[in-house]
Amino acid sequence: MKHLISPLDLSVTELEDILELADNIINAPKNYSDICHGKKLATLFYEPSTRTRLSFEAAMLNLGGNVLGFSSADSSSAAKGESVADTIRVISSYADICAMRHPKEGAPLVASTYSSIPVINAGDGGHNHPTQTLTDLFTISKLKGRLNNLTVGFCGDLKFGRTVHSLINALVRYENIHFVLISPEELKIPAYLREEVLDTSENSYEEVRNLEAVLPSLDLLYMTRVQKERFFNEEDYIRLKDSFILDSKKMTLAKEDMLVLHPLPRVNEIATEVDNDKRAVYFKQAEFGVYVRMALIMKLLEVA
Amino acid sequence: MLNIGGLNEGIVIDHIEAGGAMKIYSYLNLEKLDCSVAIIKNAKSNKMGKKDIIKIDGNLDMDLDILGVLDRNITVNIIENGEIKRKRNLNLPDKVTNIIKCKNPRCITSIEQDLPHIFKLTDKEKGVYRCVYCEQAFKRS
Repeated sequence: MKHLISPLDLSVTELEDILELADNIINAPKNYSDICHGKKLATLFYEPSTRTRLSFEAAMLNLGGNVLGFSSADSSSAAKGESVADTIRVISSYADICAMRHPKEGAPLVASTYSSIPVINAGDGGHNHPTQTLTDLFTISKLKGRLNNLTVGFCGDLKFGRTVHSLINALVRYENIHFVLISPEELKIPAYLREEVLDTSENSYEEVRNLEAVLPSLDLLYMTRVQKERFFNEEDYIRLKDSFILDSKKMTLAKEDMLVLHPLPRVNEIATEVDNDKRAVYFKQAEFGVYVRMALIMKLLEVA
Repeated sequence: MLNIGGLNEGIVIDHIEAGGAMKIYSYLNLEKLDCSVAIIKNAKSNKMGKKDIIKIDGNLDMDLDILGVLDRNITVNIIENGEIKRKRNLNLPDKVTNIIKCKNPRCITSIEQDLPHIFKLTDKEKGVYRCVYCEQAFKRS
């Protein structure tokens, strides 16, 4: 049985199979509308995450399956002190597959070791969020037509942003990717990621402070929020925050076919005026998340 | 009676980072041995400036490679007939279970009872061990 705990649990071939299947769903959704009839997805959300949970639920319902679960630790047996191991043992007999969001890092891995049904990590603390990575890869693949030969800018909080870490881990497996890491000094990518992933990869990277200077070279810009609470003093935050707000003026510097991605929720790092730009694909990206999760559920249930 | 200057039969755990001997003593449960054990703290070292040394007047029946997880610079000298019979650096094991604990408060090991603490060697050159659950690197200090 296969689980999806880390983005790297899937080989490049398996990953491409899922992306291809997601594309097939978009092209012929009716072909898949009853494929999970009689199957149940358990959504074990120990912390609130409306967007991800609803995306999983929509995915299973689109496949003709059913959904059960809880949406906060308070409304589950976790409030009584039940362990993840015990919860998943029980849920395994109620459902056919489960998606787990947990504030503690590694909780889905623990679940997978005790589970008799496939476990999908729907986010564990600041650690992994593999279905977001699948969504990001699908968006890039679908809208750029390739996952190689790309100059990819990551902008904002590169230190704490798990979606950035996961996507870098996934993209280094493709050829001729140039990573442009745009962040304030205080929010640079963690050293371990630079040393263990980027330095050991055949792909190139650069770390810069100025978004405008590199915008013309980018094929993709992955925006994340610069979080005020991460700064030691407000002066630094005020000095830096505006450098990373993407607005229409900055977009004039970008290529005509550059894409702007964002894992959402967006706060103020992308001005709403950018939303109408055809290169702003973050809402499309969220929509694609449902198709990717449908494909993943089908693959893990071995119905496709 | 243990001669601090030398051993006839036993083990010398050398090049322990200064201040680290008690941690090693505790990990190896040396208090349970009925042979003599000497802990030398802050010994002068050309290589390290200061170091700790543990001398055990007897044999230990355990895999000492595990010590490399706690302090990768340690060397182990096996003493026989008053001479160093073998002197070796420790080979870092690929995986260790319940030797070191994950200190990441966001890790599932911080709340889940009876979960084994498992670390994997992810960078052999630098001796980096990461928790299999949260991937946090183990810090030796």
